[in-house]
Amino acid sequence: IKMHEKRNTKQKNDEKTPKGAVPAYLLDREGQTRAKVLSNMIKQKRKEKAGKWEVPVPKVRAQGETEVLKVIRTGKRKKKAWKRMVTKICFVGDGFTRKPPKYERFIRPMGLRFKKAHVTHPELKATFCLPILGVKKNPSSPLYTTLGVITKGTVIEVNVSELGLVTQGGKVIWGKYAQVTNNPENDGCINAVLLV
Amino acid sequence: EPAVPQNMSPDEDVQRLLIQFRDEAGESLGSPFDVPVTITPDKLQLVCNALLQKDEPVPLAFFVHDAEIVVSLEKTLAGQSVETEKVLDIIYQPQAVFRVRAVTRCTSSLEGHTEAVISVAFSPTGKYLASGSGDTTVRFWDLSTETPHFTAKGHRHWVLSIAWSPDGKKLASGCKNSQIFLWDPATGGQIGRVLSGHSKWITWLCWEPLHINPECRYLASASKDGSIRIWDTLMGRCDKILTSHTQSVTCVKWGGDGLLYSSSQDRTIKVWRSQDGVLCRTLQGHAHWVNTMALSTDYVLRTGAFEPAEATINPQDMSGSLAQLKEKAQQRYNQVRGQEPERLVSGSDDFTLFLWRPAEDKKPLERMTGHQALINQVLFSPDTRIIASASFDKSIKLWDGRTRKYLTSLRGHVSAVYQIAWSADSRLLVSGSSDSTLKVWDAKTKKLAIDLPGHADEVYATDWSPDGQRVASGGKDKCLRM
Repeated sequence: IKMHEKRNTKQKNDEKTPKGAVPAYLLDREGQTRAKVLSNMIKQKRKEKAGKWEVPVPKVRAQGETEVLKVIRTGKRKKKAWKRMVTKICFVGDGFTRKPPKYERFIRPMGLRFKKAHVTHPELKATFCLPILGVKKNPSSPLYTTLGVITKGTVIEVNVSELGLVTQGGKVIWGKYAQVTNNPENDGCINAVLLV
Repeated sequence: EPAVPQNMSPDEDVQRLLIQFRDEAGESLGSPFDVPVTITPDKLQLVCNALLQKDEPVPLAFFVHDAEIVVSLEKTLAGQSVETEKVLDIIYQPQAVFRVRAVTRCTSSLEGHTEAVISVAFSPTGKYLASGSGDTTVRFWDLSTETPHFTAKGHRHWVLSIAWSPDGKKLASGCKNSQIFLWDPATGGQIGRVLSGHSKWITWLCWEPLHINPECRYLASASKDGSIRIWDTLMGRCDKILTSHTQSVTCVKWGGDGLLYSSSQDRTIKVWRSQDGVLCRTLQGHAHWVNTMALSTDYVLRTGAFEPAEATINPQDMSGSLAQLKEKAQQRYNQVRGQEPERLVSGSDDFTLFLWRPAEDKKPLERMTGHQALINQVLFSPDTRIIASASFDKSIKLWDGRTRKYLTSLRGHVSAVYQIAWSADSRLLVSGSSDSTLKVWDAKTKKLAIDLPGHADEVYATDWSPDGQRVASGGKDKCLRM
C-alpha cells in the first residue's frame, strides 16, 4: 500500500553519483576550459593503421580546370596562352620563391595566399587560429595538391602546438590534419574542422 | 689531531686557506686548519668524517658562502675575492645515508576503479597502498604482486581525501557527502562507525602525530563548510569543533608541538591549540585563497616511528610496544626539527608563497614570488632543506628551506602541475601533471632525471612510498600506475 501511495511522488534519486569526479583542489574551480582533448589514442592508432579517414565533408563538388585556373595571354601579340593563374585561395610554404617570370606556368597571386586557418575542434567546440603547415590533399585533382590550392573539402595540416596536446608516449603533438569546410575564395578566410 | 690524508702534502705554488667546519646551526667542528685551495669534496669529506668521529662515514655536502663545493674549493671561490688572512667557514650538511634510486618504468597499470582516481596514498611503512576514486570506493592494493587486494565500499559520493594513521593500522577516507569512514587495511573492512557531522564535503584529513599519542586516536578533518572537526576514532564521535573560518577550509595540518594549523579560502591561516581547541593566532597576508600548506616536519610526522633508512625489500609493519614506538617517533621528530620551531609554508591563488613561524609570530618570515599562475601544492623535502612548489603555470619552483631564497625552476611539463612527492632521501622529486605525464627531477642537479609517460589522461594524484621503492599515480583515465 505504501508503494502504491508513493507512486506519484518524486523521490530524491540518491543512487547515482554524478560523473566527472575531480580531486578536492579542483572542486571549486570552474571545469577546465579545455574539455578532454586527448580522445581515445588506441582507436585512433587503429584507424590510422587501417588507412581509413573519417572526414566531416566526404563529398565535394569537383572543381574543373576552367574554374580554378584562368588563362593568361602573353607575348607581343597576346597570342600565347600557356600561362595559368590560380583563382582560388592557395598556400605556399615559408621558403617559397617564384620561378623566373618568363618560365613560370602557374601564377599564384600574393593576394590569394593565406597562412592561417580558423580551425574548430569538433569535441570542444572551440575555434583557434592556427598556422597552416601544408596542403595534404585536394579532392579535385592531385595537380591542385601540388600547387597548394585550398578549396572546400581540402585536407590541410595545421600547427597545433598551442593546444598543448600530448601523445601517450609523452611526446608533444605539433601537427594535425584539418578539413576545410567553407569556400575560402568567397569568404576571405579558411574555416576548417580538426580531424581527431 | 685528525689524520690528514697523504695527498694533501703542500705544493709550493698552490695557495692555502684557513678553513673552519661549521654545521647548519652555526656550531663549529674542530679548530681551524689550512688546506690547499684545490681541495676536492671527497677529501673534505674524509677530514670532516674523521672530526665527527662517527662509526660509519656519513655522506656530506659542503657549502661555502651558500654555494656548494662541487669540483674543488678553488672553482667555487672563483668569482669571489678570497682573504687569506681570515678563516673561511665551510658549512657541512649530512646527506641521507641511504640513496633512493629513480623510478624508471611503469611496472604495472592497475585497473579496477570505474571512475577517475582522485587520491592515492602509501601507508607510513610502504606496506599498503590505498586509492580513493570517483566511483565511491576505496581500493587497497597488494604491492608485492601489484594486484587489487580489497575494495572498500561504503561511501556514497566521490572519495575526496584519504589519510593513513601514522602507525599504518587505519585509513581514514572523506567523501563529497561529508562522511568519514575508517578502514582496516589488513581486511578491507570498516572500523567503527561512520563519522558524520560536517555539512559540506571534506577537503582534508590529518591524524594526530604518533609521538603525541601512539594509539592514533584523534583525527582532524577540514571541510568546505568552514569548520574543522576533531574526531575520537575509538569512540566514533566528534570531540571538538573548531569554527572561525568564514569560507572553505582547504587544508589542516596537525603539528608536532601540540598546535593545529588550518588554511582557508578566506585568505587566512589559523593556529589552534590541539589540547583544548582554542584559537591562538591568525596569520594574514595572502591576497587570495590559500590552497595548500606544508610543515617542515611533515614527512617525519607522516612516517611516525618508521625510519626509511632501515627499509627492507618487503615492507613490514612496525613492531614494538606503544611506548617504544612513541619513543622512536619522538626521537626522529626531534632530530628533524632541530632547535628551531616548526616552519610552515603556504601556497595560494595569488601566485605567491609565504613562509611562517606560526608558533612564534603572526608576521610572515618571507613572501616568495615568481610563479605565474596559482600554486596547487607546496612540500618541504624530508630533510627540510628544500621547498618545492607546484603550480598551474606548468613549472615547479625550488626554494631553499632555510634562507628562503629562490633556487631554480623545473620546466618540462606542458600544462598544469597538479601534485608532487619527494623521495625519502630528499634527492628526487616526482611530479604529476594534467598533461598526463609524470616527471622525476633530480634535486641536486636541478634537472629532469626521467620522464614517465603512459597515462591516457590527467594525473590527479601522486605518491612516493616511504621506503623509496615505488611511485604510485592515479588519474582521470581510471587506472593506477606503479
